[in-house]
Amino acid sequence: MADVTMKIWRGDASGGEFQNYTIEQNDNEVVLDVIHRIQATEAPDLACRWNCKAGKCGSCSAEINGKPRLMCMTRMDTLPEGPVTVTPMKTFPIIRDLVTDVSFNYAMAAKIPALLPKPMPEGGYRLMQEDVERSQEFRKCIECFLCQDVCHVIRDHEDNKANYAGPRFFIRIAELEMNPLDTNDRREFVREDMGLGYCNITKCCTEVCPEGIHITDNAIIPLKERVVAANYDPVAWLGRKIRRQTKKTSAEAAVQPAP
Amino acid sequence: MSNYEHHDYDVLIIGAGGAGLRAAIEAKQRGLKVGIITKSLLGKAHTVMAEGGMAAAMGNVYEEDNWMVHFRDTMRGGKYLNNYRMAELHAKEAPERVLELEQWGALFDRTKDGKILQRDFGGHRYARLAHTGDRTGLELIRTLQQKVVSMGTDVFMEVKVLKLVHDDAGRVAGCVAYHRASGEFVTFAAKAVILATGGAGKSWKFTSNSWEGTGDGHAMALWAGAKLIDMECIQFHPTGMVWPLSVRGILVTEGVRGDGGVLRNSLGERFMFNYVAPMFRAETAETEEEGDLWYDDHNAGRRPPELLPRDEVARAINTEVKAGRGGPHGGVFLDIGSRRSAEFIRRRLPSMYHQFMELAGVDITREAMEIGPTCHYIMGGVQVDADTAATAAPGLFAAGEVAGGMHGANRLGGNSLSDLIVFGKRAGAGAADYVLSGQAATSLNQSAVEAAIKEALAPFERTEGENPYTIQHDLQEMMQANVGIIRTQSELDFALGELDKFTERVKNIAVKGGRAYNPGWNLTTDLPAMLAVCKTVALGASFRKESRGGHTREDFPTASEEFSKFNLAHSSNGGNWDSPIETTESPLLPIPQELKALLEEAH
Ligand SMILES: Cc1cc2nc3c(=O)[nH]c(=O)nc-3n(C[C@H](O)[C@H](O)[C@H](O)COP(=O)(O)OP(=O)(O)OC[C@H]3O[C@@H](n4cnc5c(N)ncnc54)[C@H](O)[C@@H]3O)c2cc1C
Ligand code: SF4
Ligand code: SF4
Ligand code: FES
Repeated sequence: MADVTMKIWRGDASGGEFQNYTIEQNDNEVVLDVIHRIQATEAPDLACRWNCKAGKCGSCSAEINGKPRLMCMTRMDTLPEGPVTVTPMKTFPIIRDLVTDVSFNYAMAAKIPALLPKPMPEGGYRLMQEDVERSQEFRKCIECFLCQDVCHVIRDHEDNKANYAGPRFFIRIAELEMNPLDTNDRREFVREDMGLGYCNITKCCTEVCPEGIHITDNAIIPLKERVVAANYDPVAWLGRKIRRQTKKTSAEAAVQPAP
Repeated sequence: MSNYEHHDYDVLIIGAGGAGLRAAIEAKQRGLKVGIITKSLLGKAHTVMAEGGMAAAMGNVYEEDNWMVHFRDTMRGGKYLNNYRMAELHAKEAPERVLELEQWGALFDRTKDGKILQRDFGGHRYARLAHTGDRTGLELIRTLQQKVVSMGTDVFMEVKVLKLVHDDAGRVAGCVAYHRASGEFVTFAAKAVILATGGAGKSWKFTSNSWEGTGDGHAMALWAGAKLIDMECIQFHPTGMVWPLSVRGILVTEGVRGDGGVLRNSLGERFMFNYVAPMFRAETAETEEEGDLWYDDHNAGRRPPELLPRDEVARAINTEVKAGRGGPHGGVFLDIGSRRSAEFIRRRLPSMYHQFMELAGVDITREAMEIGPTCHYIMGGVQVDADTAATAAPGLFAAGEVAGGMHGANRLGGNSLSDLIVFGKRAGAGAADYVLSGQAATSLNQSAVEAAIKEALAPFERTEGENPYTIQHDLQEMMQANVGIIRTQSELDFALGELDKFTERVKNIAVKGGRAYNPGWNLTTDLPAMLAVCKTVALGASFRKESRGGHTREDFPTASEEFSKFNLAHSSNGGNWDSPIETTESPLLPIPQELKALLEEAH
């Protein structure tokens, strides 16, 4: 097959530039295949992350022709003719070449109050499929952080990172909140510490999610409603308190021993 | 010591897959200081890729199921080469380990009455695999990861361990590693070390394993004085993708067959009916009609032959293709589209649907998938004590795919994820007991630290030398061709000769670029481990003059009584990566009478 030109950003925190690699392209290849071939021949020190090569691990995130995507799930033959540019995710600091420092995400994950389940009865919990499906959607997340990359709140404003969890962690909180076993209450936490209010529902995150998770419709919007209800509507707040009496505030939950 | 970043732990865990994370939870719950090291990011280990499910005899779908049947299935699947005690503990403890995951946030698919749903897999008499769609590994690793993080455990991401280091008394005392991001070295001292480094499939050309599957833990254990057993027993999973070439080897879950998919050759025949070995005849359907009844009610008919253990199915596919009845790309056909509704397939197998649609342009609800065997799992590994996960090297423990014995000569699908949580927990407890007993190691032998670092840096000093990628590529070709699914003495002898040549080539690698996030350098540090694994596999395969489970010899096509009595155990004579390897017979543990009776029971 014909050759293709790959314009790959190479460099580190101190700077870098595009380098062109003109290389043969085989049928049905994905971007990651071509990167690997460049690595095995011309540039053995070209840095990129990958693991599963099947869209399951969320390691190979990058921006292909400017769009946040998984390199292992982007077929070369679906891209327009001409050179293909590959750049690292913009929202995170560069380590080298296509590898970025995604530790921001791990730090956010560590802040989220864990599941605090009802006591498990003898023989295990009884849960209906309908009751777990909501949270299961969010648990499909492969932590590729493409939604984090695309979200303008942190993409364009570095200083927001300290107080903004980002879409990946909004769905994580929604998942916990909707888990039928949970007795924790994270509403105050998500408003105060996770910056839910900054999100103005542009839906860019939903558009890039390779798992097709309805981040905005199924997680962020319901979470916003829940938080607003908790703060401004005493009747709704009371209603929720009565229905979910077992819910604890995050401060109370933090001192509770986990199972 | 002052030259390098340094950390001290009570228990140091190398590997953040299911086994390592479960071990960390246990050691942490004992109040110990725990550190975890992983060479990729947290949550990306192989465990995340597991699809079908984890086996546990909970009896939620078939009340008749219990640990005794699971034990029997595991031993039969392993062709009795298993460490029976591991198979016993695994069968007994898996249900409890699965249930506890729900308290930590796991959400499995449910039965109609709200229990954890269980699915059928090959070699398991009853529907036994707890699962979440076809992404069970993701559910498992995320649950354990979130639990570990909520407990405040130190996790060192993208840190690659190069070598274990002893103290002056010969106990394992920690390791030397390097930060991938910066290329800087780091040392860890620990009272106990748990290896949970996963598998070694990356040494074969067609594999479901990622770049991580280089067998580092297998090799490091060997060099540190532990023994490797059953290395010749490699699982070639029957259903890997074969086309397009760039995705060749990527796994197609056995869940496709468990949920009704069947195998056909190019003539459209369900050829598996012609390959039912005598030991499985009594429990396998004789006709397609009988097999079809079984899906809905396991008491109405016997199981279809597509669900025989993996070694049986992989060999059959290999034979069909060799006989000229394969598909256009050298595989056979896996068909679920003509047997189940599109809605059912998309609900039960969403990621398979997605994977074929995106990568191959095949709609599996309408077309058959072309598949063939792919190197998937290594049954062999570090010899351990079943109850404590202790190895022969004092202070060193091992759990998960890196450990050997549990699965004998062939692993049943779903028995790995359950293995991780059962023996991960046991390793955490074993290491904790050892630490608390006060006999643990004191400090790292500094000259060993320096030697390991010097060795790692040597390839930067050579200006002329080979590209590590070329060596890896040649090694994969050589292993696939000569130590693949079907083996024979002349090819094994050839392979052993070639492996010596590879050893010399590795000594002549030149690395380009700097130390910071340099994949070429990282691969260079993997190659010694890959060679250690390949050598033990080839040695074991050469010594075991019979066919059993994941080890098939063309020149000795049947199982032999003589070889049913021992594992082949390898140890290093010298402890360096190029030291000679010694292979001896290690007798199997005698099975107590009451458990033996379970094996003989006609089910
Ligand atoms: C595609 C696929 C599907 C599968 N499906 C199933 C299934 O449905 N059911 C089932 O039971 N099994 C399945 N398996 C098998 C199962 O997933 C693996 O055997 C299991 O996950 C291994 O877990 P582990 O904890 O032992 O190691 P892994 O999950 O492989 O983790 C190894 C860890 O060790 C780290 N590590 C390795 N070497 C070093 C080093 N030198 N320095 C630092 N860190 C290191 C790695 O970074 C990683 O964190 C599947 C496997 C694959 C590949
Ligand atoms: S919808 Fe909200 S979270 Fe998603 S990208 Fe837009 S601002 Fe960010
Ligand atoms: S929600 Fe989607 S885009 Fe965001 S990290 Fe998860 S899988 Fe990636
Ligand atoms: S390599 Fe795993 S998602 Fe791309």
